[in-house]
Amino acid sequence: MLAFLVQRISQALLVMFVISVIAFAIQDGLGDPLQEMVGMSVSEEEREAIRDELGLNDPMVVQYLRFAGNALQGDLGNSYFYSKPTLEVIAEHLPATLELVIGASLIIVFLSVPIGVYAAIRPQAWLSKFFMGVSTVGISIPVFLTAIVLIQLFSIGVAVNWFPSDTGWGQWLNDFFTTEGGLPSYGRGDNLTHLFGTWNSGFFSEGGLMHLVLPSVSLASIMLPLFIRLIRAEMMEVLQSDYIRYARAKGLSAGRINFLHALKNTMLPVITVGGVQIGIMVAYTILTETVFQWPGVGLMFLEAITRSDIPLIVAYLMVVGLIFVITNTVVDLVYGLVNPTVKLTGKKA
Amino acid sequence: MTTATVSRWDRFRESFFWYSFKRDKVAIASFAVLLLMVLAAIFAPLLAPTDPYDLAQINIMNSELPPVGMSGSDPAFPLGTDAQGRDLLSTILYGTRVSLMIGFGAVILQAFLGILFGLLAGYLGGKVDAILMRIADVQLSFSTLMVAIIVGAVFKASFGNLMFGEIAIYMLIFIIGVAEWPQIARTVRASVLAEKKKEYVDAAKVMGFGTRRIMFRHILPNTLSPIFVIATVQIANAIISEAALSFLGLGMPETQPSLGSLIKSGFDYIQSGSWWITLIPGLVLVVLVLVINLLGDWLRDVMNPRLYKG
Repeated sequence: MLAFLVQRISQALLVMFVISVIAFAIQDGLGDPLQEMVGMSVSEEEREAIRDELGLNDPMVVQYLRFAGNALQGDLGNSYFYSKPTLEVIAEHLPATLELVIGASLIIVFLSVPIGVYAAIRPQAWLSKFFMGVSTVGISIPVFLTAIVLIQLFSIGVAVNWFPSDTGWGQWLNDFFTTEGGLPSYGRGDNLTHLFGTWNSGFFSEGGLMHLVLPSVSLASIMLPLFIRLIRAEMMEVLQSDYIRYARAKGLSAGRINFLHALKNTMLPVITVGGVQIGIMVAYTILTETVFQWPGVGLMFLEAITRSDIPLIVAYLMVVGLIFVITNTVVDLVYGLVNPTVKLTGKKA
Repeated sequence: MTTATVSRWDRFRESFFWYSFKRDKVAIASFAVLLLMVLAAIFAPLLAPTDPYDLAQINIMNSELPPVGMSGSDPAFPLGTDAQGRDLLSTILYGTRVSLMIGFGAVILQAFLGILFGLLAGYLGGKVDAILMRIADVQLSFSTLMVAIIVGAVFKASFGNLMFGEIAIYMLIFIIGVAEWPQIARTVRASVLAEKKKEYVDAAKVMGFGTRRIMFRHILPNTLSPIFVIATVQIANAIISEAALSFLGLGMPETQPSLGSLIKSGFDYIQSGSWWITLIPGLVLVVLVLVINLLGDWLRDVMNPRLYKG
C-alpha cells in the first residue's frame, strides 16, 4: 500500500511539474508584458531598462526557477486587467463556478441513480427504452446548444399558434406548447448572501436560486447521460452475479436485493468514475459560463484570453491543473483502498 | 480485375456485416441521413443558392429575415437570413462542409498518432509502453476538451486573430487530433496485447521478419475493427469539439463559418427574437452528430471488438 501511495503521489508531483513548465512556456512565449504595461510612447532604451528590472533578460532556467519558487509561495503574478494578484482574482471567481458545479452535481445524483437503477432492473420496459433513447440523443447535443434551447424555452419563452385556436383541442395544444419564459439567463443576480472570505452564495435567496436553475441544468445535461449509462451497465453486471442469485434464492424481497445489496456494489465504480468526471466538468463550465455570462473562473479565463491577460491565463492553468491532479490522485488512492484487486504497483489490472 | 471486384462484392453481400445492416432500420436510416448530409456538403457550391463567402452577393437589407412559413419571410431565403443578410441555407451547407472536413481531418490525424503510438506501446512493451500510456492517461484525465481549449487559446494568442482566422481549419484539425489521440492509442494497444500472444505472430518471428513488418503488416490488419468502431465515434466527438471551440471564439471565424461559429454568431441575436439563426444550425449539428453516434453504436454491436474498458 505504501508503495502505491508513494508511486501515485510522485506521479502527481511529476504532472504538476510538467504543468508548471507548460504554464511557464506560455508566459514566456506569449505576448509582451511591456506592451500591456507601458504602451507605445516609451522609448526603446526605457523598455530595455524595464525589461532588465523585471528580469525578462535572464536565462530561461533562472526565470523558470523564479516562477516556480513564487508559485510555491502562492504568488502567480499580477493580472494586467484587474491590476491585482491573479490568485486573488481567481479566488473571487471560484465560488460562482463551485456553486454551478454543486448545483449540477445535485441534479446528476438525484436523477441518474433512480433512472439508471430502473433501466437496469427493467431493461425491456418502454420507460427504460425511452430513458436510454433520450440519453443517446443527450450525448449528441453539445452543452452550449442545450443551454441556448433552454434560454429560448424558459427565459425568452415561445408562443405557439400552430393549431387552430377556435377549437378547444387546438387551443389546448397551443397552450401546452407555449412556454412562459421569465427565468433569468444572465449572471447570478444581486441577491447574494455573503458567507466568508470571497464566497458570496446564491443558495440562500430566491433570486440567487432562480439564476442557478438554467446554468446548472445545462451543465448537468452533458454528464447525466454518461452517468445513467454507467449506472445501468454496472447494475446489470452486478445483478448477474452469484451473490444476487443467492439472495433471490434465499427469498429476500426485490427491493432489499436491488437497493441494499446490488446498489452498494454498483456505486463503487460509479463514485470513482464520478470523481474524475466532476473534474472534467471544469472544462464544460467554460462553455456554460460563456452562454449564461456566469461570473465564474471559466468566463474569467475566456475573457483573459481575449484581453491577452497572460498572467491570469497562466494562473488559471496552474489552479485548474492542481484541482485535476488532486481529484485524480485522491480518486486513485480511494479506489486502491476500497478495491484490493488493484495491483499495488499501480498498474491497472 | 473485374472478376476480383465482382467476387469481392459477392463476398460483401454474403457477409454478416451486410446481413445485419439490412435488418437494422435505425442503422439504415442513420446511414441514409449521413450520406445525404455528406453529399450535400460536398456539392455545397452547386446546391447553395448563394455563395456566403462572396460579399457581393450579400445585401444587408435582407438581414434577420425569418424562415419560410413565418410572417415577413422571403421565399428566396427558405431558412431565413442571418444578421449580415446571408442566406442561412447556404451558410449551413458550407458550414456542414467545414465541420465535416475538420471532423474527418482530425480523426485521420488522431488515427495516425493513435495507431502508431498504440502499436509501439503494445508491441514493444516495457519502458516505451509505460511512458506512452502514462502520457495518454494524464492527457485523458484532463479531458480532451480542456486540452483542446488550452491549446487553441495559446495558438490564438500567439498567431493573432487575423492570422489564426486564415489557417483556422488546419489549426483545428491539429488541435483536436492532438487532443484526442489517447482514445485510439489505448484501444489499439489493448487489441495489440491480445494479438501479440497468437501463433501467427510467433510464426512470423520464427521466419525472421523484422519488428516493423510484423507490427504493420501482420498485427495492424487484425486490430482494424476496433479502430473502425472507435474512429466513427471519434468523428462525432471531433465535430462537437470543433463546434465548442468555434462557439468560444477559438475556432472558425465568422467569415468562413462552421456550424459552431454559425451558432455562436446567431446566439447574439436570440434575445431579439431571431431564434432561427442559432437554432437551425444547431439542429443540423445535433442531427449530424446523432446519426454518426447511432452508426457507431451499431458498428460496435456488429463487430463486437475488444474495446478498451476504462
